Amino acid sequence: MTSRPELQAPPEIFYNDAEARKYTSSSRIIEIQAKITDRALELLALPDDGVPRLLLDIGCGSGLSGETLSEHGHQWIGLDISQSMLNVALERETDGDLLLGDMGQGLGIRPGVVDGAISISAVQWLCNADKSSHNPRLRLKAFFESLYKCLARGARAVLQVYPENVHQRELILGFAMRAGFAGGVVVDYPHSARSRKEYLVLTCGPPSISATVPKGKDGDYESCSDDDIAEDDENQTVRMAAPRKRQKITKRGKGREWVLKKKEQMRRKGNIVPPDSKYTARKRKARF
Amino acid sequence: MRLLTHNMLSSNIKGVINGFPLRIEVEKVVEKPVDFNPDFLKNMFSKIEWKPLVDASRTMGYAELPEEADASMLDSHDFLQRFHHALLELHLEEGALFCPETNRRFPVNKGIPNMLLHEDEV
Repeated sequence: MTSRPELQAPPEIFYNDAEARKYTSSSRIIEIQAKITDRALELLALPDDGVPRLLLDIGCGSGLSGETLSEHGHQWIGLDISQSMLNVALERETDGDLLLGDMGQGLGIRPGVVDGAISISAVQWLCNADKSSHNPRLRLKAFFESLYKCLARGARAVLQVYPENVHQRELILGFAMRAGFAGGVVVDYPHSARSRKEYLVLTCGPPSISATVPKGKDGDYESCSDDDIAEDDENQTVRMAAPRKRQKITKRGKGREWVLKKKEQMRRKGNIVPPDSKYTARKRKARF
Repeated sequence: MRLLTHNMLSSNIKGVINGFPLRIEVEKVVEKPVDFNPDFLKNMFSKIEWKPLVDASRTMGYAELPEEADASMLDSHDFLQRFHHALLELHLEEGALFCPETNRRFPVNKGIPNMLLHEDEV
C-alpha cells in the first residue's frame, strides 16, 4: 500500500470518521501541524501591529492548524471537504467558522476581503481526478482564480504542499502563476526526506519588493525529522517568473519565429514534430 | 456559522453573476461569547457590506444595529459592542442559506454550511 493518502481514495472518503479521529489523536501529527502552521504564519508576513486579521484556512481538516491561528489571535474561516474531519473540529470547539466545501469548485468568497490564506498539506489533492467529472487542470484553475479574487490587494497565501513529483509542482505553480500570483516556492530542510517541507508563497497583485520570496530553513532539523541525512548546504528557493504578457497577434499571424519556438518546445518535450523547412509557417496563397 | 462568515460567503454556482448576499433561513440561533477586540472590528469595518449584515442580524433576531453606518461611528464604544455582537457572537446553528439568484438551498447543520456543489453547477 502506498504511503500517499492522495493515491488511496478521494479526500472526503479517505478522511472518514476513523481516519479523522486517528489523525487528530496523534500527538505527533498535532505537533507537526502546529509547527507547519507556525512557519506558514511566519511566511505570511502579516504586519506586526497586533491587530487580528481575517484568515482563510483551506483544507482546515479537524482545525489543528486553525488552533495555531487562534493562538496568534486571528479570526479564521476554515474550508474542508471531509464532513468527518469537520465533526472532529466541532468536538474540539475550534474558534473559527467551518465550511463544508470543495476547493476545486472555487472558494465562493466575496472579492478582496481576506487578509491572508494558509493551507496545510491540502492543495496536492487537487492534482487527482477522483471522479469522472474531475479535471485537475480545471480544478486548479478554479481554485487559484477564486483564491486570487478573495484575497485583499498585497495579501499573501502560503500553501504547504506535498507534490508527488516535479510535474505536480510545476502544474500547481503554473496555475498559481496564470491566476496572477507572484511568488515562488520556499523549501525548508531540502536535504531531509522526512522533514522537507515545501511552501508556495504567493502574493496577490503585481510583483514588487514585498513579493520577494523568503528563504527556506535549513540546518538543525526540528523534532519532526527522524532521519539522519543531515547535510548543511545552501537553502533552496525556486523563483517563479512574473505573470507572462499576452502574445500579440497581428494580421499576419504569430509569425515564423513563434512557430519555430513552439516546435522547439515540443521537441524538447519529446513530441514528434515535423522538421523545419522553408515551408514552415509560410502563408498560403489567397486562392487555395 | 457567524455573520462574519455569512458576510464573506457568496454563491459559487456556474452562471450566477451576483451570488451575494445569501438569504438566511433560521431554525436555531446560538450565542457564544467572544473576546471583544476593537482593533479587529475597525480593521474589518471597511470590508463588511453593511446592509446585508443588518438584514442578516435582523433575521437572526438581533435588531440593535443601525440602518446606516460609517467610519466615524467606530469611535463609539456602544456601536462597537453591537457590531461585535452581531458579527462574531451570533451563530446560525441550524437552518439554510439560499442563493439570491437561483434559490439553490445550502443546508446548515451543526453550524457548518454545506457549500458543496453538484457536478452540473460547477
